[in-house]
Amino acid sequence: MFRKLHDPGQAALRVYIDGVAVPAEAGESVAAVLLRQEAVWSRLTPVKGSKRAPYCLMGVCFDCLAEVDGVGSVQTCLTTVQDGMRIARQRGKRSLGA
Amino acid sequence: MKPVDLLIVGSGPAGMAAAVTARRTGLDVLVVDEQPAPGGQIWRDIETVAGTERGTLLGAAYLDGRRAAEAFRASGAAYEPGAQLWQIEPGFRGFVTKAGEARIIEARTILLATGAQERPAPFPGWTLPGILTVGAGQILLKNAGQVPAKPVWLAGSGPLMLLYMTQLLKAGGEIAGYLDTTPPGRLSSALRYLPGALRAVGDLFKGIAWSLTLRASGVRRIRHVTDIEAVGTEHLEAIRFRTASGTEETVQADALLVHEGVIPSVHVALALGSAVTWRDDQDCYVPILDAWGESSQPNVFIAGDGAGIAGAKAAALRGEIAALGIATKLGQITPEAAAEASKPARAKLERELALRPFLDALFRPREAIFIPDDETVVCRCEEITAREIRAMARLGRPGPNQVKAFTRAGMGPCQGRQCGYTVTRILAAAEGRSVEEVGFYRIRPPLKPVTLGELASLREPEATS
Ligand code: FES
Repeated sequence: MFRKLHDPGQAALRVYIDGVAVPAEAGESVAAVLLRQEAVWSRLTPVKGSKRAPYCLMGVCFDCLAEVDGVGSVQTCLTTVQDGMRIARQRGKRSLGA
Repeated sequence: MKPVDLLIVGSGPAGMAAAVTARRTGLDVLVVDEQPAPGGQIWRDIETVAGTERGTLLGAAYLDGRRAAEAFRASGAAYEPGAQLWQIEPGFRGFVTKAGEARIIEARTILLATGAQERPAPFPGWTLPGILTVGAGQILLKNAGQVPAKPVWLAGSGPLMLLYMTQLLKAGGEIAGYLDTTPPGRLSSALRYLPGALRAVGDLFKGIAWSLTLRASGVRRIRHVTDIEAVGTEHLEAIRFRTASGTEETVQADALLVHEGVIPSVHVALALGSAVTWRDDQDCYVPILDAWGESSQPNVFIAGDGAGIAGAKAAALRGEIAALGIATKLGQITPEAAAEASKPARAKLERELALRPFLDALFRPREAIFIPDDETVVCRCEEITAREIRAMARLGRPGPNQVKAFTRAGMGPCQGRQCGYTVTRILAAAEGRSVEEVGFYRIRPPLKPVTLGELASLREPEATS
């Protein structure tokens, strides 16, 4: 849905979304990477199972929640990518202890 | 261990300016921010982007942030990015989570510089992937250098909308069309504020220049749009809209950016018990503050757009004034010295504020966004529709807190940041009461969701300096 205006060059990293390796750039948010994918959604709602994607990008809406490096319900718009990061789209609620 | 003199929440224009001024008076200062870098939303990623092509594209008002961030970094204030504040206890004890670990910060005074959020403007289908706010689009441009891949639809009103469209075109993005929701007659109702606005004539010209760029670019603009509906099952597929003259149209779309102005973030202030007042002309609550930005709760100060929408320049000035007020309260400077030192900032602030009544009247949103149709989801987190809220209103005259208890609206992770105003407005309309009488959700900690693991990591207060 979104495209980058530039080639990250030196700043190029690689992250995994649901196990698939995708390019990313140092300094950008995980939500920004999600929004460049074919499927932009980040989570299924716990109530009706509908798809949601990052919406506000400023930490207000919580629609960008996903699992990042094993931790559930992370606000991906507030999370900066790291090389090798593992992101999993979140299906429903996280477990309480996560 | 000694508490910090001043805990600042937020490192946007207000937070940074306050930190610089407070440090100059000799206070020790700690700034926490949930964002990973200083600048707030307006100057998002300024430190990394300023020197690049993208910085030039974002324009002079964005690049102003570079000097502010440099001064902040040089101020000697302690700074913790990526830190979420989820509770403040009287005294004060601030509970903060960073990288999965929670801790307590003790502080003598607090300055909330939490800025603004975009005004939630629910319409049918607004939760579909493919729909983002214009603010989100602009943040993606600043933070990731990215634009919508295909020609994008935009819907709404307000200065940020015009600014983003201009930036997007300059960056090489494409606009499929702009659904302008500014109601007819707004310009004439705004004109009576023009004399005041002329004092801020530079900014006014900037506004006109944006519109000219858009006109020259030939962007399709559909005026006086009254209703918008997003259609799709798993992703946005089409937008249906109607104008004031009754014209209806459906367009194919895979991306839609929406914006209906900004409102102060008052959640932390409300949780602290700081009094707010309803502003009819701005359709939002603003905190009640004295001349130094102190709220009804002693030693809780508020500055920046969180104190009332006025833009980045005013935010920095208010931050400076609040810092002087705090320094006076803590006995660091005399009231006379503070009064003297705040004079230039107050004069500039007055000029900045002169433009607001004009802008508020010009971009005042249409009534319909406050009281959506039955089918529209009001609470995005718990997926509660306007119908369910109205059904509650028919059962009696409940306030927002009863509605919350019975429907779960406002109980999700966003804590009513998206649905709070809509629930209040629906109830007020359905019960024939004023917004003020109906009131707002009671905001309780945690202000952000906290996990058991994070709670378990909680350590007792520690010195921060
Ligand atoms: S996109 Fe709204 S909180 Fe992250």
